[in-house]
Amino acid sequence: MVKYCDLFVSFFKIGTFTIGGGYAMIPLMEQELVDRRQWMSRDEFLDQLALSQSMPGVLAVNMATGLGYRLRGLRGSIAAIAGNILMPIVFILLLAILFRQFRSVPVVEHFFLGVRPAVVALIAAPVFRLAQSAKVGWTTCWIPILSALLIWLFDVSPILIILAAIVLGFIYGRIKK
Amino acid sequence: MIYLQLFWTFVKIGLFTFGGGYAMIALIQNEVTVNHAWLTQQEFTDILAVSQMTPGPVGINTATYTGYTAVLNAGYEPWQAVLGALLASGAVILLPVALMIVAVIFMQRMKGNRDMENVFSVLRKVVVGLIAAAALQLLTVDSFGQPGWTLQFVLSLIIFAAVFILSLRRKSPILLILASGVLGIIVYSLPL
Repeated sequence: MVKYCDLFVSFFKIGTFTIGGGYAMIPLMEQELVDRRQWMSRDEFLDQLALSQSMPGVLAVNMATGLGYRLRGLRGSIAAIAGNILMPIVFILLLAILFRQFRSVPVVEHFFLGVRPAVVALIAAPVFRLAQSAKVGWTTCWIPILSALLIWLFDVSPILIILAAIVLGFIYGRIKK
Repeated sequence: MIYLQLFWTFVKIGLFTFGGGYAMIALIQNEVTVNHAWLTQQEFTDILAVSQMTPGPVGINTATYTGYTAVLNAGYEPWQAVLGALLASGAVILLPVALMIVAVIFMQRMKGNRDMENVFSVLRKVVVGLIAAAALQLLTVDSFGQPGWTLQFVLSLIIFAAVFILSLRRKSPILLILASGVLGIIVYSLPL
């Protein structure tokens, strides 16, 4: 039986030492839970990954919830989530407090003048990686393009677009059959 | 009541984010800079930079930082802002965590369901568009400077192109952000 504290420690390590968000955490989780601790099979891990990507929420927290629950039930998922987000929250709070005070220092200002276009590029790049894994092709590329344009040019709420996608996906499947 | 608004906003954001933190950015951006005007676009971009440089899920980091800054911008004390940060992070994971537990229990049943698979195959494509929208909405004067032959605009375009290409080649985001920042310090501190 997996101990709660081992579960906490594993996810604490993963949460504390991964920079770049949920997608960067996946290989670390796989290595820790499947290879090092041998708590679950690779198939079970991939099942959880597919589920986490299709459900709403933060990817890393979804993974922690599902994996924790599979290993030790409700308390297991709480241990995993707590481990996963504890240090990130502490770090970001410290930074938020410090950043407010140092924001108008010229060096900090210049740093962020350089960083802002980089951030835009960092968000734009995964669009092309994710398009592949979402199986976006020539016949379906209008879906992401239309969604992006509706939000960008017409200020349509992303929530509406997600709801429309759910309804249209359901109807399309029914008609196709 | 800013806490209630913050809580409700981030519950909504958590519930409607599919496809991880990057897709969440478009939603948070829309809610906090357009709908509620808690933050300026520029503050939001800075938050993104900080969220990507610190460890942890980008969605949690953005929620924490936004919660803190929004409460502080509304004129409250720092300790009240810390409460706002914890509230936003808790709110953003509340419903997804509950749903995930239910989903794991019923996963076997859901797996063969064709309606479910059809819905998700469309959702995954929409999510790509949501991330693209987040990037498009950040193409602003705040991020790049006034278009023209100004130092800031030209340097911003160069940084954008370089980071875009290097990120596609899976270079570490933290290194790219740090390098861009250092370049900014060097170039903008020169007496030109």
